[in-house]
Amino acid sequence: MSNTRTPLVEMRDISISFGGIKAVDHVSIDLYPGEVVGLLGHNGAGKSTLIKCLSGAYQADAGEILINGQKVEIANPRDARAQNIETIYQTLALADNLDAASNLFLGREIMSKGLMNDAKMEAETRKIMGRLNPNFRKFNVPVSALSGGQRQSVAIARAVYFNAKILIMDEPTAALGPHETQMVAELIQELKAQGLGIFLIEHDIHNVMKLCDRASVMKNGQLVGTVNVNEVTDDDILGMIILGKKPAHLAA
Amino acid sequence: MTDTGQAIPAPAPKRGIIDTLEIDVRLLGMLVAFAAIALVFTIWTGGTFVSPRNVFNISVQAVPVAIMACGMVFVIVARQIDLSVGSMLAMCSAVMAMSQATWLPTALGLEYGSPLILVITILVGFAVGTGMGAITGWLVGYQRIPSFIVTLGGLFVWRNVNWYTTNGQSVSLTDPHLLMFGGTEGVLGAPVSMVLGVAASVAAVVGLLSARRNKQSHGFIVKPAWAEGVMMAMVVGTIMLFVTWLSRYPVPEAKLKRLFEAQGEVMPEGYTAMHGLPISVIILIVVAVGMTIIARKTRLGRYIFAMGGNPDAAELSGINTRALTVKIFALMGFLCGLAALIAQARLQSHGNDIGMLEELRVIAAAVIGGTALAGGVGTIYGAVLGALIMQSLQSGMAMVGVDTPFQNVVVGLVLVIAVWVDIIYRKRMGLMK
Repeated sequence: MSNTRTPLVEMRDISISFGGIKAVDHVSIDLYPGEVVGLLGHNGAGKSTLIKCLSGAYQADAGEILINGQKVEIANPRDARAQNIETIYQTLALADNLDAASNLFLGREIMSKGLMNDAKMEAETRKIMGRLNPNFRKFNVPVSALSGGQRQSVAIARAVYFNAKILIMDEPTAALGPHETQMVAELIQELKAQGLGIFLIEHDIHNVMKLCDRASVMKNGQLVGTVNVNEVTDDDILGMIILGKKPAHLAA
Repeated sequence: MTDTGQAIPAPAPKRGIIDTLEIDVRLLGMLVAFAAIALVFTIWTGGTFVSPRNVFNISVQAVPVAIMACGMVFVIVARQIDLSVGSMLAMCSAVMAMSQATWLPTALGLEYGSPLILVITILVGFAVGTGMGAITGWLVGYQRIPSFIVTLGGLFVWRNVNWYTTNGQSVSLTDPHLLMFGGTEGVLGAPVSMVLGVAASVAAVVGLLSARRNKQSHGFIVKPAWAEGVMMAMVVGTIMLFVTWLSRYPVPEAKLKRLFEAQGEVMPEGYTAMHGLPISVIILIVVAVGMTIIARKTRLGRYIFAMGGNPDAAELSGINTRALTVKIFALMGFLCGLAALIAQARLQSHGNDIGMLEELRVIAAAVIGGTALAGGVGTIYGAVLGALIMQSLQSGMAMVGVDTPFQNVVVGLVLVIAVWVDIIYRKRMGLMK
């Protein structure tokens, strides 16, 4: 990546503590348009906590966030949405008892004459799902009746529909079968080609090598380092995760 | 059409009549149960059970529980519970009774029968109800105290603040206007009732048609015209049958004579008048329709259901779930105030034990009506039907001479069986493991 471009997202010197424990300790990462950055580390390394500052679920104790070079305050999920940041959570964050359209528009319903226009919302949902997952048919049942992949496509549709510029995906393929994983992978490539910046929290190193441009590794709340994936091997990244050290040939 | 995923071009599979009519199977089940109860008691009582007089009485008696059950649906859907509704009803009733009998006439010097007494009494009652609910909501939403505990406390607190408000005495309703919310004292008469029935029928047909047109305008497949017609006919038929039936319940001659004498006139020979729709039932219908619109067509309702389905998802979607909790309980409190107005008017006095154990009937009505205690699922019409089923059972059993303890045994069994049947149904449908 050339350094002359302005990053889409810069997170500078972020620290978050819970009680006396430093969950994130002075971490800086950035993300460019059309780029996928993988976030790796053991459970409890601080990846999810760091990324929740960007999605508005947590507030950082110290540090700042810049979007397109501008310093921003993200105090809650609504602020994040206003910055075109959309998050696809590991737990999917869908209301199981509502149908696809209600979930897609949750918090941003289409209104007409003061009442919700469900027919319009369903029509829009059918359009976007027709593009993302043409086989999707279950528009009038609660999402609890959907498969893991179908649920994931609803969650992704929500991000895509509202013109996300920055997408945060927390283990998007964790609950999916091989075919559905492939579908999500293709979708990530497509969104990347459209110029979105994507943070991908991922445990599967194989997926990271396949989908990401760069990978940032965290351990015990600290950033071990950020590497270009085409300059390292699977084992190099594994070493960073387990030992907390950058590979010898990249260590400055 | 197909490239946008708008319509399903596949050959339509054979559909059953219930599918084609798009009737909710659960609603159908409840209606069948209701009809069965009515049929059994009608035969058992030799027809008295469905007499206009008894239908009128059952409707009027079911109103307070049905109104509160509408609010309880939202509370339970949002994964909460409110055990204090009976005590809140008593508290609202106490404040209203004292307002009209003592406070307003002495403090403001309002004269007996002044319309201001009516207006202020009602406003005070609603404000107290909404306020109690809001306090509950704040303790649950912002302080994170489980609603079971907060409202269990509320059950004791409000019941006994009610006691202190009236010094434990009964207060009779002296204001003549307040009694119109009770039932036989507040009816519209046959002609006005029929006009209202026709107006409601027209509104229902227009509503169904506009929903159909809205669906069509977005390219969705709608049910066949004949099915829509059958639905309309059933809705209109139900409305008109109910109105016509209540318009056949005559006002007793002695009472008519009294009414004429009060006006300083003499009743003409052979004069008759019918009850028609009671005001309390109209209030229930307005509440039920209003709450259904909130549930299905407003953000407030959508967020309540989302919160019940997945509280984290609601929060992450930018919904302020704490403020939402306050709104839900405040609405419940308001409906307790409304139910209190109707309950005390029917009894024509505020008694210390008004609304006692009502919380259990309200929860039972919501649950019989298909509201799931796990949250996220429930309908307003179900809760109203649940209240009606319970009241019909009780009334029917009383008519055929079943002892009171055994009546309560049956109501308890019906509650458990209703939920049991629902669980079996959902297992069969694969909606539950």
